[in-house]
Amino acid sequence: MIKKGVFKKPNNILEGAQENSAIPQVPDKIMTSCPVCKAMLISETLDSNAFICPKCGHHFRIKARRRIELLVDADTFIELFDGLLSHNVLDFPEYDKKLQKAMQESGEKEAVICGRARVGGFDCAIFAMESSFMMGSMGSVVGEKLSLLFEYATENRIPVIGFTVSGGARMQEGILSLMQMAKVSGSVKLHSDSGGLYIAVLTDPTTGGITASFAMEGDIIIAEPNALIGFAGPRVIEDTIRQKLPAGFQRAEFLLEKGFVDAIVPRLMQKEYLVRLLAMHAREAI
Amino acid sequence: MEAIDRVNAARAKGRPTSISFINRIFDDFTEFHGDRRYADDKAIIGGIAWLNNRAVTVIALEKGIDTKDKIFRYFGSAHPEGYRKALRLMKQAEKFHRPVICLVDTSGAYCGIGAEERGQGQAIAENLMEMMTLKTPVISLLVGEGGSGGALALAVADQVWMMENSVYSVISPEGCASILWKDSTKTSEAAKSLKLTAEDLLKLGVIEKIIPEGEQNWDDIFASLKKEFAEAVFNNNCSIEELMKKRYNRFRRMGGSRK
Repeated sequence: MIKKGVFKKPNNILEGAQENSAIPQVPDKIMTSCPVCKAMLISETLDSNAFICPKCGHHFRIKARRRIELLVDADTFIELFDGLLSHNVLDFPEYDKKLQKAMQESGEKEAVICGRARVGGFDCAIFAMESSFMMGSMGSVVGEKLSLLFEYATENRIPVIGFTVSGGARMQEGILSLMQMAKVSGSVKLHSDSGGLYIAVLTDPTTGGITASFAMEGDIIIAEPNALIGFAGPRVIEDTIRQKLPAGFQRAEFLLEKGFVDAIVPRLMQKEYLVRLLAMHAREAI
Repeated sequence: MEAIDRVNAARAKGRPTSISFINRIFDDFTEFHGDRRYADDKAIIGGIAWLNNRAVTVIALEKGIDTKDKIFRYFGSAHPEGYRKALRLMKQAEKFHRPVICLVDTSGAYCGIGAEERGQGQAIAENLMEMMTLKTPVISLLVGEGGSGGALALAVADQVWMMENSVYSVISPEGCASILWKDSTKTSEAAKSLKLTAEDLLKLGVIEKIIPEGEQNWDDIFASLKKEFAEAVFNNNCSIEELMKKRYNRFRRMGGSRK
């Protein structure tokens, strides 16, 4: 007999559950169904394939630490600024509870992991956002860690590679979360003015204040296939204009077509791609 | 006054919009149009003018006065070309060593298919980056509503001031209430929680100054704003390097965390 809940039903937070929609979910059950091709996949197989459907190539969401592991040279990652924790500065209703829950669910202290590592032998500063921590939203701590990371990269004259996944600014920190957009953008600018390379890897979903700040500020911007990338979320746009959005709207391929990303690079090809870019930007090569 | 009262006052019919501020504070405002890339956005008005006989660049989000004008102005919600026009005029100001004064009044950046196709996020992001190191003084004044990224894209400044009855927030109280409590009637509770009034933001160190409205008439308010703008942009003795450093540090210190 098959136990109830073995086949996990997808549930898209950003767009609401829809039939046939590409719904990324990190599976925690024995079997997972691919939201795109409907293939039944053994979760372990999916895990060993970097959460890419072996049948149709659909990219599921993936934990920040796993992303870093896939990118960096073995045993070279040193986490930075992980001592910073959020607190309820504005005394916002239920924020403390939400933070607690997010920490338990994600196993992380905040919605971004920062550090330093070697990638193909090149020293890099790295950040990866964590979607299971309050939908990767940016509050003061996410902003502070990112500013510190770009400042660290500027000081040490190393490139930054960053993976974005976020619903945007964190409402529970009100205006302070909005200010993080300006703050991080400033740190990116100083890194850029010092000659530093910043490569942004946009993953599903990257929306709101993240798209309107550091996601779109890379010297080179690449995206994962079919990732949702936009400023206003699709549901908000549909509610505003009262019509259905065309298929593929705000997907990575759409952004490539419109000229807002440099390339779409599937997850398993990212390391090779990024190492090549790092080599072409290595200062001694100039 | 409750937070929600400030929200309503900021949106009130008959409240002077940016265009009144421009006409009554500056002389010979000369409008320049277009982003040189796609179009001229009517939600953003930009140009040069005299401020006490010295040239300044003025860039404003304008909501419109009557219904027809509001539609023409997209209710003050700018498309990417609006933010790109603003950046073009800021770069021009930098080149000719003119200070920049931004007036902000918007419920948020325009939300629609065209805005997304033309890179709303990218346009705002570029302004945030470029304004941080713009080599000329920048002052932003919130005249009514300061809605999220669409407002911030004109508010990366050396000083940010707010009219007493303006609000500045990461999300509208309506949006916040519907996301958080799935109940759009909890707007006043959301307004209070978001800490969006001038008084709250001064306490949080997000703004430098509140321009009192109280019982004063608008003639007096505009006259005093004229003096304060001139004082702020012409009488700072900072070198450009110091100015940029201060601007970066202004934003750098914002936020709260614990170790």
